[in-house]
Amino acid sequence: MRRMKLVAIGNGMAGIRTLEELLRVAPDLYEITVFGAEPHPNYNRILLSPVLAGEQRFEAIVLNDFRWYADHGITLHPGSKVTCVDRQARVVVSADGRQESYDRLLFATGSVPIRPPIPGTDLPGVLTFRDIADTQAMIEAAARHKDAVVIGGGLLGLEAANGLLARGMNVTVIHLAPWLMERQLDATAAALLQTSLEQRGLRFLLNTQAREIVADDAGRVGAVRLNDGAEVPAALVVLAVGIRPNDELARACGLHCERGIVVDDTMMTYDPRIYAVGECISHRGISYGLVAPLFEQAKVCANHLGHLGFARYTGSTVSTKLKVTGIDIFSAGHLGGDDGADEITLLDRGGAVYKKLVLKADRLIGSVLFGDTADSSWYSRLVKDETPIGELRGRLILGQPALGSSGHQGEQNAAALPDDFEVCGCNGVCKGTIVRAIKEKGLFTLDDVRKHTKASSSCGSCTGLVEQLLASVVGGAYQPRSASQTPVCECTDYTHEEVRRAIRDHELLSIPEALRFLEWRTPNGCATCRPALNYYLLCAWPGTYRDDPQSRLVNERAHANIQRDGTYSVVPRIYGGVTTPAQLRQIAEVAEKYAVPTVKITGGQRIDLLGVRKEDLPRVWADLGMPSGFAYGKSVRTVKTCVGSEWCRFGVQDSTRMGIELEQGLDRVWTPHKVKLGVSGCPRNCAESTIKDVGVVGVDSGWEIYVGGNGGTKAEVAQFLAKVALPAEAMEYTGAFLQLYREEARYLDRTSHWIHRVGLDYVKRRIVADAEGRKALYARLTEAQRDVPDPWALRVARRDPEFETISARDRYPSERNRNESMAESLPAR
Amino acid sequence: MSPWLRVCPLDDIPRLGARVVHTEIGDIAVFRNAEDEVFALADRCPHRGGPLSQGIVFDRRVACPLHGRTIHLESGEAQAPDDGCTRKYRVRIEKGVVHLNLQS
Ligand SMILES: Cc1cc2nc3c(=O)[nH]c(=O)nc-3n(C[C@H](O)[C@H](O)[C@H](O)COP(=O)(O)OP(=O)(O)OC[C@H]3O[C@@H](n4cnc5c(N)ncnc54)[C@H](O)[C@@H]3O)c2cc1C
Ligand code: SF4
Ligand code: FES
Repeated sequence: MRRMKLVAIGNGMAGIRTLEELLRVAPDLYEITVFGAEPHPNYNRILLSPVLAGEQRFEAIVLNDFRWYADHGITLHPGSKVTCVDRQARVVVSADGRQESYDRLLFATGSVPIRPPIPGTDLPGVLTFRDIADTQAMIEAAARHKDAVVIGGGLLGLEAANGLLARGMNVTVIHLAPWLMERQLDATAAALLQTSLEQRGLRFLLNTQAREIVADDAGRVGAVRLNDGAEVPAALVVLAVGIRPNDELARACGLHCERGIVVDDTMMTYDPRIYAVGECISHRGISYGLVAPLFEQAKVCANHLGHLGFARYTGSTVSTKLKVTGIDIFSAGHLGGDDGADEITLLDRGGAVYKKLVLKADRLIGSVLFGDTADSSWYSRLVKDETPIGELRGRLILGQPALGSSGHQGEQNAAALPDDFEVCGCNGVCKGTIVRAIKEKGLFTLDDVRKHTKASSSCGSCTGLVEQLLASVVGGAYQPRSASQTPVCECTDYTHEEVRRAIRDHELLSIPEALRFLEWRTPNGCATCRPALNYYLLCAWPGTYRDDPQSRLVNERAHANIQRDGTYSVVPRIYGGVTTPAQLRQIAEVAEKYAVPTVKITGGQRIDLLGVRKEDLPRVWADLGMPSGFAYGKSVRTVKTCVGSEWCRFGVQDSTRMGIELEQGLDRVWTPHKVKLGVSGCPRNCAESTIKDVGVVGVDSGWEIYVGGNGGTKAEVAQFLAKVALPAEAMEYTGAFLQLYREEARYLDRTSHWIHRVGLDYVKRRIVADAEGRKALYARLTEAQRDVPDPWALRVARRDPEFETISARDRYPSERNRNESMAESLPAR
Repeated sequence: MSPWLRVCPLDDIPRLGARVVHTEIGDIAVFRNAEDEVFALADRCPHRGGPLSQGIVFDRRVACPLHGRTIHLESGEAQAPDDGCTRKYRVRIEKGVVHLNLQS
């Protein structure tokens, strides 16, 4: 079959990203030709700023080298500008005389710098800042001349000014507005920015208009004349007053354009054969000038070019970051000042730190940060996810660390760190390695960095630092992904919520059924999505769904915790941490019989037998004769208790009894992540209940219930949920809370993550205010727990090949016999 | 003597799963994917020696149970950007029985 022909006009970031996405979803659908006016392969335009500042070389910013085009069968015409599109004949014609016909056409022509309507902008020495040629010209001018003027104090103008300064020029920035970056910053932040740039040596003329660019005797640019008649000497002038979508060609061929080529939510123009992406478009009346939205558009466009046809682009919220080394500035969302909006501010002029948060109706709607942008990702996520702020409000301005965290030496400011600082402790990745990878491999997302460097891919406590590094290198091109849009994994575009809904609404009963129905891109998922799907199915269809052991991580398949040497640990259930001499004796005997190398009391008050071979597990369980402690599972692990009123002289409630009952009433159900509980007999809180997923604290008149706490890489203090009088009520509240968490949290969310997202008010509404709902939730939990056998007893009773190894036969029968008899005799000794 | 060793009936290996085979040259993981293809690799992850047999199998890949690197079952190579490679062995199914060849 003849392949369809796709022609792309524009060899820039949006166009090529669209082709990359297209090749991923439909590699063979098109014969692809690309026209690029620039003589280069696709490069990372945003890194022109560090190139200008001398921090990076041209060669390192190429995203797709010429080989990439060849390897993917793409015909590239570099240095070839399309000058005419004939939509009747479906042909494009280029300035160098090429003709190409198309079935589908993609406009990705970017934008053009605006030239202010003043005399002299065409003089030699007057430049814009858009592409490699501009940058090269600036670098050459800086080598020969002294004085430069930048017209425009926006993002691009300041980055140009900073780069020219770094190359030794005297730079004056002329800006029309009363303060710098007036669209992204308020006056306070802009003033701090201006001061710190002035300290570096930049000069600013605000509230000032350039009236004319005047020539010197040689006919080159010589000075800029201002509205008050004064002249600023200049041998180089950079125009950075804004950009305009490059829609000239589209207009000329009769496509409907406003300020940009008008597209719908599928990125289609008014001609159904023609699509458009990037800075050249107008979508719902908006043209974007940052990379992150273009990438989203590219994905949607590829989805339609690839005939999948379901994706929609509905617009983006963007944040801004200035890429001037050593200056931390960030802005997202609303700047405040309008009615109905509240502002929380923190200003330390001496320390040059400013933070402003804009709130409306219990949501964060914008933020401006100067000097300390450590929490920028956190704030932009709160904005995007429209997270209810509620009780966070009091601590919000102090940032995420004020909520308690550990694992990176309290270090919060990534830009100031030395290159050899170890950012990711789990995988031993240093700052320098991460920054280099971001620049040289052209990384834009957290996932990219995780994949290429492993940083932040394990415990995640360094995620904030990595996000800062990303933002400081690629600027506004890094947009923290809203959690509500994050797909389950790379196998799909669907989110956790969409998958769960589909399972329920369409009665999907097995993993293969779910994969088929949701059109997974991979034949049988991956190690990320299969465990999640297995959990969602289990939770949706308790009693009916047949658990798929092959979709479980080894710990949950082997019902023991794998150790670094491939052996396992065994933790029997000891309800409430209360044991007996007989039980201890039994455990001791098993430990001796199987020569268990280490016997340890765990943090959760249980006994851990470490170093058991997998083959021995069923026999160890049989000899113990105790139920599984689920210490390996995403399930209720332990209920830690203090001695309580039975013995303790301070105790006001029987915390031990309560703990045993809770553990018995809640064990054997799977949850999105591990769940730990604590019960204390009085507010002295010896069981550390307030850092547990559910903490129950005895008080004179009953029990207080706290939820959403945990230790771990990011310590979280549990928040007060309710106070109840009777133990049975504490049980019901706890069970209902956990069932709500089971039904609504995403797989691998701890209770704290989930509560942060939905808000404690929501949880209170469902658990405290709605008595009927609470009872129903609790009933569903009991139902899910009913008839679930103890997993150890089950595997003791029935042979499971999971725990058997094979010896390769035929060739070494004698050897095998010897091994086997040795194995038999081992435990007996 | 034939270099092919009898391992076990194919049905003793779960689909999208693996079994460990003790041999004179160490433990070998024999995998079975959803299409009933079988693969054999040394049961040691190139990263820090994790037992690959215990990982989650998908497509023609396995995710190591210790730190989650993905290893290609046909080649034994770690998926980019990780590098490293674990030894692969030849396997075949004959009359429903899996056979393994330790000579590389
Ligand atoms: C110095 C600088 C710093 C920046 N910093 C940031 C930042 O920190 N964060 C951020 O998010 N964004 C930043 N941006 C913006 C970002 O680079 C753009 O949003 C992005 O490159 C737009 O992609 P695009 O594909 O729409 O356009 P482009 O990347 O400009 O690609 C368009 C291409 O089409 C070509 N073309 C145009 N017309 C034709 C024709 N008729 N025939 C053939 N080819 C044609 C052009 O030559 C160009 O190569 C920066 C931009 C600049 C210039
Ligand atoms: S929490 Fe109270 S009751 Fe429990 S041990 Fe401590 S002091 Fe005693
Ligand atoms: S040992 Fe396999 S990933 Fe570390």
